[in-house]
Amino acid sequence: MPDAAIELVGVNKWFDTFHVLKDINLTVKSGEKVVICGPSGSGKSTVVRCINQLEKHQKGTIRVDGVELTDDAKSIAAISSEVGMVFQQFNLFPHLTVLENLTLGPIKARGLSRHDAEERARHYLDRVHIPDQAHKRPLQLSGGQQQRVAIARSLCMEPRVLLFDEPTSALDPEMISEVLDVMVELANDGMTMVVVTHEMGFARKVADKMIFMDAGEIVEEGKPEHFFTNPKSERCRKFLSQILQH
Amino acid sequence: MRNFLLFAVFALLAGCSSSQTWGWYVINPTTDAGWTNVKFLISGMGATILISLIAAALSIVIGLLVALPGLSEKHGWRLVNRVYVEFIRAIPLLPMLFWVFYGLPIVFKSVALNIPIDPFWGAIITLAISDSAFTAEIYRAGIQSIARGQREAAQTVGLNYVQTMRYVILPQAIRRILPPLANQFIYIVKMSAFASVIGMQELTRRANELVVTEYRPLEIYTLLIFEYLILVLIISAGVRWLERRMGADERG
Repeated sequence: MPDAAIELVGVNKWFDTFHVLKDINLTVKSGEKVVICGPSGSGKSTVVRCINQLEKHQKGTIRVDGVELTDDAKSIAAISSEVGMVFQQFNLFPHLTVLENLTLGPIKARGLSRHDAEERARHYLDRVHIPDQAHKRPLQLSGGQQQRVAIARSLCMEPRVLLFDEPTSALDPEMISEVLDVMVELANDGMTMVVVTHEMGFARKVADKMIFMDAGEIVEEGKPEHFFTNPKSERCRKFLSQILQH
Repeated sequence: MRNFLLFAVFALLAGCSSSQTWGWYVINPTTDAGWTNVKFLISGMGATILISLIAAALSIVIGLLVALPGLSEKHGWRLVNRVYVEFIRAIPLLPMLFWVFYGLPIVFKSVALNIPIDPFWGAIITLAISDSAFTAEIYRAGIQSIARGQREAAQTVGLNYVQTMRYVILPQAIRRILPPLANQFIYIVKMSAFASVIGMQELTRRANELVVTEYRPLEIYTLLIFEYLILVLIISAGVRWLERRMGADERG
């Protein structure tokens, strides 16, 4: 198993003429927790979406588990089996029950039997603390519950790396902590995580590495203890003072 | 609506009594001659239904196959979709029917294929192709109405393109696709009347043939209209039942 779970080298991306990612270099080691923050439009979501090939980068290389991503179908299939994703808007399948949401991937993409897939699904539903909602539809659950189901759905694919794209930004305030609690537990269990978030309390608690992005660049990168107390760049200092004000 | 129906019934009944203008005897089921005529007219029903069902089934399949390239990110695939839809949609049904029935066998023969096209299959092919341009657009709109995040989520749990469509996108899109698709079925049933001009023995052809022998166009075509009306009303009821069932499923 290579030491670097994810490696981005000189990654560039354009939306038409807009340069969203500028020479991004980033290494995520196995078991490491990386938190990416930055103002909106800074490209932090795009980094995460490039890692699991929801967006294509135009220049540079991205390696997941040592395998370079190209845009053929095989590479995408390989990625989806290594990299799980939790979305801001949950993106649960509304026409399926919670249990079916969790078993769809394992059964159809991994070829698990229904019995094994359901057993696995129940295990992960337990782990996100909603064991008794398996037969409800996603829209019958609260936002916090929905996001925890989405996390369980990713876990059911047993990924090596879990990506989070602003997982609490669409939640009502009182539901944020139940989702963050689950994420902290995952972090403590050794899951490799890349988290785009503005939840700095969470970042302080779990991050091995903090990344600050602005205007498509990684402006600052460092251990949380230095990052929060003594940011080097003016832009980062300003950003932190704005989000930590209240 | 109710007033209009009452008026229509009244007008028809009035017609029954004044034999100057109406001659209902020609399709009066209580007389032997009338009953024979009615049976003759209704006997086209089977062909109309069969042609419509097969054409609709083909159109539903062809439409999906045409719609999918239209949803591609690749420009070339989208172009294939646009050309098909714009081209087919622009051809009036009757000329297309003539082309398929009289022209296509010649094309086949020129490439040494001996595929005869009878009125039955000529009508089905024409209706299916003509309708598929519309069903393709219905599919495209329905699929596009499903949020992009659904496709992305499907990709992140390892589903390939076909699985994503089959298990995630189409089951959600079908609720938005079904009602307009049903409208298209009604369109097919009505347009199947054109099959009469290439000699297909369906409802309209039967009516035309009876008119030629009985010289009673008003009564016979009135009955013909009611035959189509009943067919369409039955289909509409079926669609509403389906929609209700799927709606209940969604809330469940």
